Amino acid sequence: MADTKVIMPQMGESIFEGTITKWLKKAGDRVERDEPLFEISTDKVDSEIPAPASGVVQEILVKEGQTVHINTVVAVIGDGSTKPAAAPEAKPAPTPPAPKPAEVKQAAPAPSAPAPQPQRQAQPQMQPLAATAAAGVRSSPLVRRIARENNVNLTSLAGRGTGINGRITKRDILSYIEQGVPAIQAQPQPTAAPAAPAAKQAPAAPAPAPAPSVTFTGDVERVPMTTMRKSIAEHMVLSRRTSAHVTTLFEVDVTNVLKAREKMKAEFERSGVKLTVTPFFVQAAVNALKRFPVINASLDGDTIVYKRAINIGIAVNLEWGLIVPVIKNADEKNLLGIARSLNELGDRARNKKLAPDDVKDGTFTITNPGQYGGLIGTPIINQPQLAIMGMGGIKKRAVVIDDAIAIRSMIILSLSFDHRVIDGATADMFMADIQKQLENWSA
Amino acid sequence: MALTTYIEAIRQGIWEEMERDENVFVLGEDVGIYGGAFKVTEGMLEKFGEWRVIDTPISESAIVGAAIGAALMGMKPIAEMQFADFISCAFDQITNFAAKCRYRWGAGVPIVVRGPSGGGVHGGPFHSQNPEMYFVHTPGLKVVCPATAYDAKGLIKSAIRDPDPVIYFEHKFLYRHPRVKEELPTEPYTVPIGKAILRRTGTDISVITYGAMVYTALDAAKELEKEGIDLEVLDLRSLLPFDREAVLDSVKKTNKVILLHEDTRIGGFAGELAAVISEEVFEYLDGPIRRITAPDTPVPYSPPLEEFFLPKVTDVIRVARELYAY
Repeated sequence: MADTKVIMPQMGESIFEGTITKWLKKAGDRVERDEPLFEISTDKVDSEIPAPASGVVQEILVKEGQTVHINTVVAVIGDGSTKPAAAPEAKPAPTPPAPKPAEVKQAAPAPSAPAPQPQRQAQPQMQPLAATAAAGVRSSPLVRRIARENNVNLTSLAGRGTGINGRITKRDILSYIEQGVPAIQAQPQPTAAPAAPAAKQAPAAPAPAPAPSVTFTGDVERVPMTTMRKSIAEHMVLSRRTSAHVTTLFEVDVTNVLKAREKMKAEFERSGVKLTVTPFFVQAAVNALKRFPVINASLDGDTIVYKRAINIGIAVNLEWGLIVPVIKNADEKNLLGIARSLNELGDRARNKKLAPDDVKDGTFTITNPGQYGGLIGTPIINQPQLAIMGMGGIKKRAVVIDDAIAIRSMIILSLSFDHRVIDGATADMFMADIQKQLENWSA
Repeated sequence: MALTTYIEAIRQGIWEEMERDENVFVLGEDVGIYGGAFKVTEGMLEKFGEWRVIDTPISESAIVGAAIGAALMGMKPIAEMQFADFISCAFDQITNFAAKCRYRWGAGVPIVVRGPSGGGVHGGPFHSQNPEMYFVHTPGLKVVCPATAYDAKGLIKSAIRDPDPVIYFEHKFLYRHPRVKEELPTEPYTVPIGKAILRRTGTDISVITYGAMVYTALDAAKELEKEGIDLEVLDLRSLLPFDREAVLDSVKKTNKVILLHEDTRIGGFAGELAAVISEEVFEYLDGPIRRITAPDTPVPYSPPLEEFFLPKVTDVIRVARELYAY
């Protein structure tokens, strides 16, 4: 049996690295295909990764707590014939310097490729296709596989293809390998920093001021941030730097919504769905987003990108951080469907069962700063979206209606919006729309 | 020893099975006194009698329906469609009854529905079709398309012995073609359903085909050999089930593939093969999967148009050259 390399998987499109939080097997252990092998934490999700093959864990190459690029080989599963190697020292795999974009464009000739012979195993390996599908070099699935298996960088064959349009064919790569492969380790692609795609949207963003270092003189405990914490930190600062945040506040009478909820609760429970107030706000937001599509848009450079889908992200507070699972195509769902999605996503978030897709492609976010009694929140926009709505705490208040004082259940809704694209009038009309829907809700 | 034609091979296969098993019988239009429109059942009435060689009214639905009933009572009927084009009249019986009996109540329907298909004989739109894909799309059936006399005999015997319905498409262009004559073994043999066979081994491009197109592929291979292009020709023989392993092995070896059939293009077997190849062995492909098929029209009656319609040796040569250079 050939050895199987276990790689750090890519958990989502924009994810470039992951941290191994726990090995569930140690070197020498027997493992069955699809049996959980290790736990990882990435910018987006925490997940258990199953073994890609059955066999014996031959080597564990990346220690717990270490962060490596996606597609780095983290372990080897063999048939047990090779003596398992001990886990490596806690020396983090060096992240190779990303070549400047300009260098990648021109097909670098083999000899000059900056390839300091690295330790083969610990070196972050490239995503198979990306590694070998070098820019501008045309090949085929077969050629790319041969290249990968032989550690050939296809850019070294640039200009040598004999196929149509200079395509590198099977014959080309086989003869190249026969002539003696200069065993060039595939060069890493320039991995964009996670922030890069969104940063592109803020062309004139000033560099952040260097954070002051902590100079507290008393006793301290220093705890490294988790991957999720780091990701949230980066994202929040990035968002502040990217968007021109403005927050508007609306006081909304939700007495009717609460009545409707009381009335529908039992019926929903029979369908196995717990009905909170949140689905009403999601539904109202969806209806308003249809009427104000710019709130559902994004900014890409100088272009406003309107999205046909309405995907509502819901901030879920977890003991270990914050995650925003997304109700996809919320505009196609009724209240029951929205409530059911919310239940499911919440459960999955708390049980660490969210798939990368569950947290992708949100177009508008709702957060609930009132959960613990807060009156108003001024949330930070979830990039690359343009607005986020915060739900304050619902409280009974004395309200004047037709010159009489009535006891009504009130909430303060906040909308943080990106003034680069959305002006105050639009934002307020959007919120007034939501207000009208909620106040006139009939069960 | 005499050379046996494709049609004679089918006749021999049926004959031997009727001798071997008294439950085997044939029914169809003109299969008795006339000996069949193409003479596949010639001499059988005299040998086996009118209880086992039954002339029927012109109703394919009734022929197959009667065959299914007989099969459920323990017989092994062989239903002849005078032309495979008319099998559509029995479509409901085949797809909704024969194909589903085992699934629904565990009753196998050991019938063979056989008939001449294919063009190249100027038969026009109602006597030249390749209706195999209607049945390949029906779980519960088996579909075979022999290309040689040896396979024609071996597969009809396997089809008769099979415990489930088998649709057996003969290619009428091959019936008496001198090229298809061959010396058959004297001892009894069968050809397993679901097994392909390499008609030619090669290193550069796999041509995967069946029926009369096997010869088109072989002729193209002979021409291309002169240019140093080495084709491999895989004859599927069975479409349902098809020999997935043989297909994938050949593609893994040559890394380029042409899918060739006489049937029309949309919904033809090539599409299914292309999907399986890209799903299973994508990383073995050194070029696009190419199809050579008839265009999506009825089979023309006019001889020049029919010639244009059918995939030709020159088509295979042209596509193979393009793919070789890719």
